[in-house]
Amino acid sequence: MKIVLQNLTKKFPGRGKKAQGEVTAVNDLSFEIADGELLALLGPSGCGKSTTLNLICGLEKPTAGHIFFGDRDITVLSPELRGVGMVFQNYALYPHLTVRENIVFPLENRKGKDKLSREEMNAKAQETARLVQIEELMDRKPGELSGGQQQRVAIARALVKMPGVLLLDEPLSNLDARLRLKTREEIRRIQKQTGITTVFVTHDQDEAMSISDRIAVMRDGVLMQLGKPQEVYDNPESLFVAKFLGTPPINVFEGQVRGERLYIGDEAVLEAGGVPDQPVWVGIRPEGFLPQEDGPLSCALGRVEVLGRDISILSSHPACTGQTLRSIISAETRVDASAAQVHFALKPGKVFLFHHETEERIPCVLG
Amino acid sequence: MSTNNKKAWLYLLPALLFLIFFMVYPLIDVIIYSVEEGYNFASQTYFGVGTYNFSYVLHDPYFLQAVKNTFILVIITVPVSTGLALLISVGLSSIRPLRELYQTIYFLPYVTNTLAVGLVFMILFQRTEYTDGMVNLLINWFGGESVDFIDGPYWAKMFVLCFYTVWVVMPFKILVLTSALASVNQDYYKAARVDGTPRLRVFAKITLPMISPMLFYLVITGFIGAFKAYSDAVALFGTDLNAAGMNTIVGYVYDMLYGDSGGYPSYASAAAVILFVIVLTITCVNLLVSRKKVRY
Repeated sequence: MKIVLQNLTKKFPGRGKKAQGEVTAVNDLSFEIADGELLALLGPSGCGKSTTLNLICGLEKPTAGHIFFGDRDITVLSPELRGVGMVFQNYALYPHLTVRENIVFPLENRKGKDKLSREEMNAKAQETARLVQIEELMDRKPGELSGGQQQRVAIARALVKMPGVLLLDEPLSNLDARLRLKTREEIRRIQKQTGITTVFVTHDQDEAMSISDRIAVMRDGVLMQLGKPQEVYDNPESLFVAKFLGTPPINVFEGQVRGERLYIGDEAVLEAGGVPDQPVWVGIRPEGFLPQEDGPLSCALGRVEVLGRDISILSSHPACTGQTLRSIISAETRVDASAAQVHFALKPGKVFLFHHETEERIPCVLG
Repeated sequence: MSTNNKKAWLYLLPALLFLIFFMVYPLIDVIIYSVEEGYNFASQTYFGVGTYNFSYVLHDPYFLQAVKNTFILVIITVPVSTGLALLISVGLSSIRPLRELYQTIYFLPYVTNTLAVGLVFMILFQRTEYTDGMVNLLINWFGGESVDFIDGPYWAKMFVLCFYTVWVVMPFKILVLTSALASVNQDYYKAARVDGTPRLRVFAKITLPMISPMLFYLVITGFIGAFKAYSDAVALFGTDLNAAGMNTIVGYVYDMLYGDSGGYPSYASAAAVILFVIVLTITCVNLLVSRKKVRY
């Protein structure tokens, strides 16, 4: 089902004795989620991504704006009438019920003509359990399951009523690193298999990039950028998005554009055609550095880390905003680890210019 | 390892000494007294050993009356007070404005002096030369006949005793239950809401199982507390409970020791042992039931 958010705003009343100062969690948010799409809401904590999810789910009512499922305006509809399945961060499995009882719980709530017989409910539960591969755990209690298994049960409980929309709140944050990789593949597989429109919230950019069709990067309740993971990575519209995506993170330098040339420190590193003279932020992805004897950017070499597949060079530069700048180069390149200086040429496609005040991307072709 | 063991015993010693002197020794002593027939406190002599004391107590109409009173008190007050406390706690946790005020009001009986409570109940129920008491005024207003709650029919006196007991034990239960309700993770309720669970089903299927350990604790302590009831009856009906027909088992034990008919430690001990057996049985039954129903 297609989801449309239209000028969605959510304000919470201020906390504390004086109850003053509203907090705007979501600010004039508008975007569309296509039918059958897996969309990640990505952002640092407090950016309003969970609130957005709660608004779509119906657990919160928006202060302003509209939400549509397909053509249906469901802005004021209560959650159970929206046909959404929700998986909570801590799974919220009822600990006193068995896995089977947990999964049929949503079905047992149905009344009137939607009411199912016990056999139909069990059949549906079994079918959903097969989908998430927990058939052999049906008679256990949640407390006897591992984190990953609990996660699957929670997804099964959300899916059993055949919702039009599946919502996942930080689905992987309670799992250990190894299980996280496995579970995110699993979520992707289940989503593809059911073709259900899915929105999931995460603060982990790896998670978002690896499995989603598109990612929506949020900050302070505002949508910063929406697009396919690779597009957002290759074309960040703001310094924030550039910094938020990518591990290791992007290196940011203070720079100058003078006479259509980009200077970092006193060194002219690239041609910047058509950009007026101004101070800029220069973002360079770690893979954007090429060590060269006569490279224009010279840095004080700190350490060379050999990782097998590639080499990462830790160095420092006075104009760099971070303490160390990290560059990743292919393992074939030989680097003299004892040298005091390392010189880099830059790959123009991995270098982005941002406005010094607004921190927005300066559209230009570097060369 | 053995030095550690010795140390542990050393640290436990003060507490153990207290327990042995004030709990274990008296307990054994009571059981010994209860089987010594014709024990004389002054001369410290007895005729023999047997079950006569138990037979006497079990045939004493006052004791049978006390047992009956105690059982009625237990059967009425434990479910009523726990149920009411649950209802009030659920109400308290679902309102936002004035919650603190209501919590304070409901907790007041817990910190109020027993004598002050007695005074309040006198105003409510006692008939004097000037007035029949507030409850009777209400009954009259609805067109009923005045009832003497303190010296009147048995059911009226039992009603006052139950009412008083419920009122006294409820604050603590409300306190425990409100904190139990507050500790239930809100995500369960959110999940239930997304699935469109009706309110009653949420209460029966989620809230109750979640707070069942606390509920069970209250029922067990409630049973034990009600079986040991004595001072409440004294506060309402005076010290001669046998004459008022409102004696309890603990009251009977006390009367046998120090009351007008006092001076019979053997009978008192036998009655105490019978009470112990009753409480033990009920608690065991409770534990067996809870194993099926309570989730820890």
